[in-house]
Amino acid sequence: MPETGRTLAPPPADRAADTDRAADADLALLTLRLGDDALILGQRLCQWITRAPTIEEDLALSNIALDLVGHARALLARSGQLDGTGRSEDDLAFGRTDRAFRNALLTELPNGDFAVTVARQLAFTHYAVLLQQALADGTDRELAAFGARAAKETAFHRRHADLWTERLGLGTEESTRRMRAALEQVWPYTAELFDEDDLTDRLVAAGVLPPLAALRTAWQASVAAVLDRAGLTVPTPTWQGRGGRQGLHTEAFGPLIAEMQSVRRQFPGGTW
Amino acid sequence: MTARTDTTAPLRGAPVAVTAPRLDVARVRARVEAVPDPELPMITLGDLGVVSAVTTADDGVLTVELTPTFLGCPALPAITAAVQDVLEECGHPDGRVRHVLAPAWSTDRITAEGRAKLAAHGIAPPSPAGAASGPVRVDLGVPCPHCGSRATRPHSSFGPTRCQSMLRCTACRETFPTMTAI
Repeated sequence: MPETGRTLAPPPADRAADTDRAADADLALLTLRLGDDALILGQRLCQWITRAPTIEEDLALSNIALDLVGHARALLARSGQLDGTGRSEDDLAFGRTDRAFRNALLTELPNGDFAVTVARQLAFTHYAVLLQQALADGTDRELAAFGARAAKETAFHRRHADLWTERLGLGTEESTRRMRAALEQVWPYTAELFDEDDLTDRLVAAGVLPPLAALRTAWQASVAAVLDRAGLTVPTPTWQGRGGRQGLHTEAFGPLIAEMQSVRRQFPGGTW
Repeated sequence: MTARTDTTAPLRGAPVAVTAPRLDVARVRARVEAVPDPELPMITLGDLGVVSAVTTADDGVLTVELTPTFLGCPALPAITAAVQDVLEECGHPDGRVRHVLAPAWSTDRITAEGRAKLAAHGIAPPSPAGAASGPVRVDLGVPCPHCGSRATRPHSSFGPTRCQSMLRCTACRETFPTMTAI
């Protein structure tokens, strides 16, 4: 705005409207981040379908993916309402380019061997349950309802990851070796889940989000307990992978969304 | 292919709006609750406990609130469409169907009748879900719907639909689904 030499205070009603708009914009970005986490991890897990070690595991991973896509639908639909563009969840999932996605890099990591998928699930599910439970106590009513509902579902995903972590950790020499390697590979990407920035600072101040440092402490204790039961140790990475929250993704991300968006590209506007 | 009615033919006289008589809220609710679940057709939406409220909104429009069993439940669009059809049949073509997340659905909302119908179809009814924020329940001692033995054990938390999990009976060795207590 050009300087006019005098400052006119806007009428109170307008100030309130401005505050509401800013709060909506923050919530739109938060639901975009969380919705993208769920969408991208769900898409990744779908790649196990017909390739999982057993039929039960095929069903487990696809059911977890189904829940995640359900979470993504709720979150992205809300994001499209709040950001003023009126975009639907499908518009956001299938109509954006890679730089517009805001998922943490952890969720897009390739599935690797089964141990890598289990390590990624362990890190993500413990984070997601704690976050969703905290959202349930937060000040945004719709996110609170979502958090309460989603935490009940994610608790099942967490138990699935816990049981596999123990089974692989305490299994054979080979399964232990692979689980250790998987943890080393995945752990550098866990820090980004708890990164603070201006957006999270405002949302914490507004009581929507819990303080992320406290969330991280709770998460560390939570995963350490499982790793301890599994005879494994918490990795101490010497580097950290981040960038997803700013739209900077790994090399594996492009092919993932190319496949995810291919049907919509071939049949624009199609519904099913 | 069957012959199609020619919809371009001119209508004789003014179109007559065929609207069913508008039923009151209680009767609409009864009709909505009688809709069978698309994935578990042996039970109704009322048995399942997903019809949260049927009310007349402030603007006078009849509104049905549904709570999804799971956020990603693939049956939800089919359920929504079926309820919309019922509203039309009940004389409320303008009726609304809303999805509400709070309070979250729980297997404790399945009615006694619903539980009996599930058991009759080989799906063990859920045990009480208990506190909302506790650890995930492990289904122990769920009676086998085939032989009645309680010597059953969890097999997989995930089953043929999102709301079911699998158990195995150590007495008759059958594998059977149960509604996951949530």
